[in-house]
Amino acid sequence: MSRKPYVREVSKTRWFLRQPRYMRYMMREVTCLSIGAYALVLVLGIKRLSEGRAAYEGFLQALASPGGILFHLVVLAFALYHTASWFNVTPKAMPVQIGESFVSGGVIVGAHYGAWIVISLAVLLLAGAF
Amino acid sequence: MVTIRTDVAILGAGGAGLRAAIALAESDPGLRIALISKVYPMRSHTCAAEGGAAGVIKADDSLEQHFHDTVGGGDWLSDQDAVEYFIREAPGELVQLERWGCPWSRDPDGSVAVRPFGGMKIKRTWYAADKSGFHILHTLFQTSLKHPAIERFDEYYATDLLVDDGRCHGLTAIEMRSGQLREFRAQAVIIAAGGAGRMFRFTTNGAIKTGDGMALAYRAGVPLKDMEFVQYHPTGLPNTGILLTEGCRGEGGILVNRSGYRYLQDYGMGPETAPGKPVLKTMELGPRDRLSQAFWHEMKKGNTIPTPWGECVLLDMRHLGEKLIDERLPFVRELSTSYLGKDPVTEPIPVRPVVHYMMGGIDTDIGAATPLAGLFAAGECACVSINGANRLGSNSLTEILVFGRRAALSAVEYLRSGPRAGNERALTARTAEARERIRRLFEITGGRVSISGLRSEMMDTMEEHAGIYRTGGGLAQACARLSELRERHAGIGLNDRTNVYNTELLQALELKSMLDCAEAVAVSAQARTESRGAHQRLDFVERDDDKFLRHSLAHHRSGQPPRIEYRDVVVTKSQPGVRDYSGDKK
Amino acid sequence: MSERRVSLEVLRYDPETDSEPRFQRYPVPYHEEWVVLDALNYIKDHLDTTLSYRWSCHMAVCGSCGMMVNGEPVLACKAFLRDYPDEIRVEPLLHFPIERDLVTVIDDFMAKLARVKPYLIPARDEPASAAERRQTPAELKRFKQYTLCINCMLCYAACPEYGLMPEFLGPAAIALAHRYNRDSRDAGRDERQEIIAANEGVWDCSFVGACSEVCPKHVDPAGALQQVKIASTVDWYKEHLMPWVKK
Repeated sequence: MSRKPYVREVSKTRWFLRQPRYMRYMMREVTCLSIGAYALVLVLGIKRLSEGRAAYEGFLQALASPGGILFHLVVLAFALYHTASWFNVTPKAMPVQIGESFVSGGVIVGAHYGAWIVISLAVLLLAGAF
Repeated sequence: MVTIRTDVAILGAGGAGLRAAIALAESDPGLRIALISKVYPMRSHTCAAEGGAAGVIKADDSLEQHFHDTVGGGDWLSDQDAVEYFIREAPGELVQLERWGCPWSRDPDGSVAVRPFGGMKIKRTWYAADKSGFHILHTLFQTSLKHPAIERFDEYYATDLLVDDGRCHGLTAIEMRSGQLREFRAQAVIIAAGGAGRMFRFTTNGAIKTGDGMALAYRAGVPLKDMEFVQYHPTGLPNTGILLTEGCRGEGGILVNRSGYRYLQDYGMGPETAPGKPVLKTMELGPRDRLSQAFWHEMKKGNTIPTPWGECVLLDMRHLGEKLIDERLPFVRELSTSYLGKDPVTEPIPVRPVVHYMMGGIDTDIGAATPLAGLFAAGECACVSINGANRLGSNSLTEILVFGRRAALSAVEYLRSGPRAGNERALTARTAEARERIRRLFEITGGRVSISGLRSEMMDTMEEHAGIYRTGGGLAQACARLSELRERHAGIGLNDRTNVYNTELLQALELKSMLDCAEAVAVSAQARTESRGAHQRLDFVERDDDKFLRHSLAHHRSGQPPRIEYRDVVVTKSQPGVRDYSGDKK
Repeated sequence: MSERRVSLEVLRYDPETDSEPRFQRYPVPYHEEWVVLDALNYIKDHLDTTLSYRWSCHMAVCGSCGMMVNGEPVLACKAFLRDYPDEIRVEPLLHFPIERDLVTVIDDFMAKLARVKPYLIPARDEPASAAERRQTPAELKRFKQYTLCINCMLCYAACPEYGLMPEFLGPAAIALAHRYNRDSRDAGRDERQEIIAANEGVWDCSFVGACSEVCPKHVDPAGALQQVKIASTVDWYKEHLMPWVKK
């Protein structure tokens, strides 16, 4: 037999470097770590709180340090990217059909942002920010 | 040699072939069915059909009316018993597709919607937006996956029918991925391999439509019927030949010449109707042959618009509005925008007539049986004939269903009659001959004839002499030229001597098929000294029912042009009359 | 016509003589309206008759001519030369074995298509009538988009998951199953979910979304897959938390 199909191997470790869209995907996935990182900080804060006033004050000081602020800025940027990249694909996963037409993607994405803002305000309200 | 033994071999996996395969599997799940095609089923050209499929379903319609539209549209060359059968079966077949999941467009009440089409007096064309053929093909293909009895042989190119003792016992085909010849032994063969529009340069037809099925039967001794009738579709994109469906006009699009004048009213299709309010069976909803001929006259009068791709008229759909175009003609919009850079919502689209469909084909009777026992044919490759001298738009998508199924039923009947088995030794010898012919192609050394060069000459010949209007002199030239090309084909030398997916070899074989079909077209056209439907002779401008209310039958002769014979048309209830497409009939 | 030329660098692979693919360069005239397929046809007719590739309709509906052009999966009949630089690299669709030149082996895709039961499965109690069923335009709209797949397999070439895990059913096959699941005339969803809402099914998809970005017919297979995931999750919760609720 003369057939001899040639199989092109896909690199298991570097495949995402081939395409900008794969890089964007990796960014979306990797930035979820920032959410985890922030959660860890929060857990650490609770631990410090349980250790008494001094420990908690120290924790707050660390947060206010340039390093702490930089960390939060980076984590915030990543968290925003992560959130936005997911919000932007929601119309695919949750299309809403009314009669013969579909609600436009912008409305669905917008609703997510709207809900996000409302929930954030509610959290701030509960935290006594206002 | 690998031999595949099966009960029924179907050649071609487009609409007709798939419909036949499903009908066979349903009639007897124990049957072995081999579905053989040179392309994967979803690549078949059925997918390019846009407008829709005709079938009487609405209360205001009648079988009688569909019959008269079809017979008159075909300029009385249709066999009327076949048309009656076709029209009776049509609604059931379309409903069957509905039950298999075809996404037909719907009326608000949920019933299937119908649209107006050329030459039809009543709205009866079922459609799925403007991708009707695509949806029919995919529905059939997907439904066929339900039947384990259907064994597919995708990308096999058939080379010869195995005939012994006046019966067809199978075929030989090249497995393209290995380049090896395979022998299919079958009790019955159904050819559903499509048309041959690629013999022309300017065509809506895909690359695969090279008349292989027609040529296969023809070389095995089955005549090709009515080959001189080649349909021009009036609205093709001028640069690519891409089809803009008749649905454009069905929905209300209009045709205008360079002065913005709706010229169809000057050719017996007037008076003018209001733009966007199409009136059935008149003006833009006249039949394709009349519209294409009107274009030719406009061109001669200098009323057409010169473009880099030839003379054009304008198809204006702007008044339909974006919403309607997006809902009913989204593909048309996509095609004209991408391939011509013109959006029908904002601009009129330049169009010109383009080769679209072969009314003629493998001679079959009303049961889809050819004169060769054990061989059946359906779809564009076959000529029953229901289309006569000019097919009405949307009858062919229905035809592939009605006669695809019919071919299957006839094949089953034939199987049950217990046909004699073929002589093993004789069939093996046939297969060996087929293999030898292919081998010789590989062995021609120093062949100087190029496939593309020869193909180009064939296309030029057909475009020049076998187009919308023909003359005896031109056709004589075409016949001589095609004879010569047939001889030169023997001198083709392959550069590619490999086995695996050798498309040069396939192109050489396809070119042979096209040359055979082209010669049948030219010789039949030369012999028909009258004008009827899509066959218009400048030297014989009248229809001649005394001499030519007959089908032409082109019989293959080895190394020579075909011999033409005639057979009377079957007339049941409609005597030849005047084709009237004028709107003011009161 | 202009004098301008473009250079097509085409992957060649002859299994009978080559141990691996190589590139061959062809100078091709440039025409404003030409697509990559026209350039390939020019090569086949005038420069090199041994080049093999699939094509037919030249109107982006038959799905034959999917290939990689400058690294992106596209239909060669819809990839205009004018949208590319003067150097154009043409390769067979990624993630499929190369049979020869630009021709790939698509057996895997064909088998997967068949596996998802892509046909209407009527309800068991539906009368075997021969009448047309009603379906409102809104009901049609619910699945219409997913009927538009031409099986060109660009999505498989774009999907990194398919490249890494060839067992993955992949975008087009699952989107097709979803199409039947959403059809008001169908009752086969449970049967199909067993196949598509499983490993090798939607859960192998990590929603890169590349399939939808390259889809020439805007089918949005990525959307279909996420919808299947959500539906399957809802099924799971219903089954485990509310066993008394019928699906």
